[in-house]
Amino acid sequence: MKHLLAIDDLSADDIHRLLELTDHMVEINSRPIPKVPALRGKNVVSLFFEDSTRTRTSFDTAAKRLSADTMNFTVSSSSVSKGESLRDTIETIAAMGVDAFVVRHRSSGAPAMITRWTNASIINAGDGWHQHPTQALLDCYTIRTGLNRRDGFDGLHIAIVGDIRHSRVARSDVQAFAALGARVTLVAPPTLLPPSLQGWPVEVSHDLDSLLPDLDVLYLLRVQRERMDEALLPSLHEYSQLYGLTDARAARLAPHALVMHPGPMNRGVEMVADPGELPGSVILNQVTNGVAVRMAVLFWLLGSGSDLAEAS
Amino acid sequence: MSRLVIRGGTVLDQTGERAGDVVIENGRIAAVGEKVDTLAADTVLDAKGCNVSPGFVDLHVHLREPGKEEAETIETGSRAAALGGFTAVVAMPNTDPAHDTVSVVDFVRAQGAKAGLCEVLPSGCITVGRAGTQLAPFAELAASGVHLFTDDGNGVQDPQLMRNALEYAGPLGIVLAQHCEVAALTKGAVMHEGACCSRLGLPGWPSIAEELMVMRDIELVRLTGVPMHFLHLSTARSVQMVRAAKAEGLRITAEATPHHFTLTDEQLNGYDPVFKVNPPLRTRADIDAIKAGLADGTIDAIATDHAPHAPHTKEVPLDEAPPGMLGLETALALAISELQMPLAKVVAALSWKPAAIAGVADRHGRPIAVGEPANLTVFDPNQQWTVVPAQLASKSRNTPYAGRPVRGKVRHTILNGVAVVVNGTATR
Repeated sequence: MKHLLAIDDLSADDIHRLLELTDHMVEINSRPIPKVPALRGKNVVSLFFEDSTRTRTSFDTAAKRLSADTMNFTVSSSSVSKGESLRDTIETIAAMGVDAFVVRHRSSGAPAMITRWTNASIINAGDGWHQHPTQALLDCYTIRTGLNRRDGFDGLHIAIVGDIRHSRVARSDVQAFAALGARVTLVAPPTLLPPSLQGWPVEVSHDLDSLLPDLDVLYLLRVQRERMDEALLPSLHEYSQLYGLTDARAARLAPHALVMHPGPMNRGVEMVADPGELPGSVILNQVTNGVAVRMAVLFWLLGSGSDLAEAS
Repeated sequence: MSRLVIRGGTVLDQTGERAGDVVIENGRIAAVGEKVDTLAADTVLDAKGCNVSPGFVDLHVHLREPGKEEAETIETGSRAAALGGFTAVVAMPNTDPAHDTVSVVDFVRAQGAKAGLCEVLPSGCITVGRAGTQLAPFAELAASGVHLFTDDGNGVQDPQLMRNALEYAGPLGIVLAQHCEVAALTKGAVMHEGACCSRLGLPGWPSIAEELMVMRDIELVRLTGVPMHFLHLSTARSVQMVRAAKAEGLRITAEATPHHFTLTDEQLNGYDPVFKVNPPLRTRADIDAIKAGLADGTIDAIATDHAPHAPHTKEVPLDEAPPGMLGLETALALAISELQMPLAKVVAALSWKPAAIAGVADRHGRPIAVGEPANLTVFDPNQQWTVVPAQLASKSRNTPYAGRPVRGKVRHTILNGVAVVVNGTATR
């Protein structure tokens, strides 16, 4: 496997293997000196066309713990407005000698396009509304450890709540959760669902309250202010009334249920309760697991093929 | 006196099909018949296995000059047209500057005449600068020879302005052509709204955006009685509405592009901007409806919407790329290969029917008979070939058909008695 562009490039077996590899990375990260020489001499370039300090830092940390060299490019304006095509940008940086590009772009499909212009591996760190595969993998890892489900998600019921239409996290998570066997329900007003759900392995509900007691995982998505300007929502207040996680709603969750969020949270909108007070909240575990999962992905795509234990 | 003979072909025009040679003298057809004397001919063009038909007329091309000569010039676009069998093309007005003054349309016409590869018919804008606020000078432009008016690339959004445009145009005998798209429904749109865009995470371009304007304009034609042409229809419901409107006797004509009867939105799965076009590629059901519309005459003409873009402008993410694809050199082959239609109907949709809409029925799309102007296309309906972008005459390479095997190829094109394409090669 050369690139990681989308979750549906991976089989369920691939996902399981990546999660097992992540276990090794977690172990490495628990050592007094959390660093191994597995990717020594490999050059990993973060190419962020859209700001995201947390994702960039997470990838950067992951690469460094595997001893890769790292470079960071932040391209603030779109390639077109600078007069340089995306192809020119990629070919220029690739000419410096790159083994992997970690790409974040506001346009869906940009990482897929980039694969045509370089021999380097492309890791999608989020493209438009399309995919954010490492987020889905870290979410799977968090559920796997949080609910002790090493063998898969059969019988789990996961609700993803919020702005599904504009969410790359939702598109990735739906594919990953379903691949591992979970039952997935999307919860949102119709205006925040994609125009078609044909082929999506999901159920749809507009009533969060009736679902709460049945859920094993409640996954909240960020809802943005601009959705009101587009007349997709009357107000964030109304959204919060219907879909926000309040203390009252949290109390109706099963005791074992996990509460997740990809961050950054919109406090008082989708997250009304104090997440620090929620017993089921694993939001910070998601962030921690992000580093280990990204180490696993980098090792999987760039590793020599030798056993990790040997490499370390 | 030059004498050109097209020998051994099958003549195909609105009067039917018959074997026969065609003799051309001084830009006009001098004789049509079997086994004419070729001894006195200056040039003999072999048409064995070919049809000899009236020249094709494309109602919808973007030649990019003036303004975007890096993508296409009137000369390179005319060459692509001639190689595609077109003897006349209607140049869309979205150049820079736009076709809203006599000087610009005169320039476009003159550049076409200078290239001498096909007749370039400038369209005129409906509104100044295609901005949708002020009427363009219809009468002045009409007096200079413009017949078809459109803001193509933009639909005329304001219903009051569109009503006024139709009423004002009425006595001038011109035709207004609408790019049917309600802009408020397509903000940021990249591809057809449906299962594919939902999976790919791209903003949808809903069918209803086209259909609402088709619906509105059918009612405006009913109100004003002034004729109107619908550009590049792409949805099943649009075809259905136009069929019903025509059945009522409303003066409406319509065109469809080869890409809208050959390609679906699933082509966008790889995010390749070469498949981004306005209106977008839609679904199999829409393709079937477009084909049915062409077959029963609801859709009058095949028009290419030839839209060249320089390679670097398509080497960007899908949402940043401009919409549009090449069409002139592949239209005939796609029509023959993909439409399950008799050849005579294909040629009708490429030749005399669009000639009438473009207002050039006095010189293009004429029956092949003695005394008629010699604007002719000679094509082999059975020749197999494969589309190779680098072999196209257009200055750009954005064909969506790279590597596709097709059937049907232009062998010779005759413009005003001059062979501008001979054996598949442009002579100028």
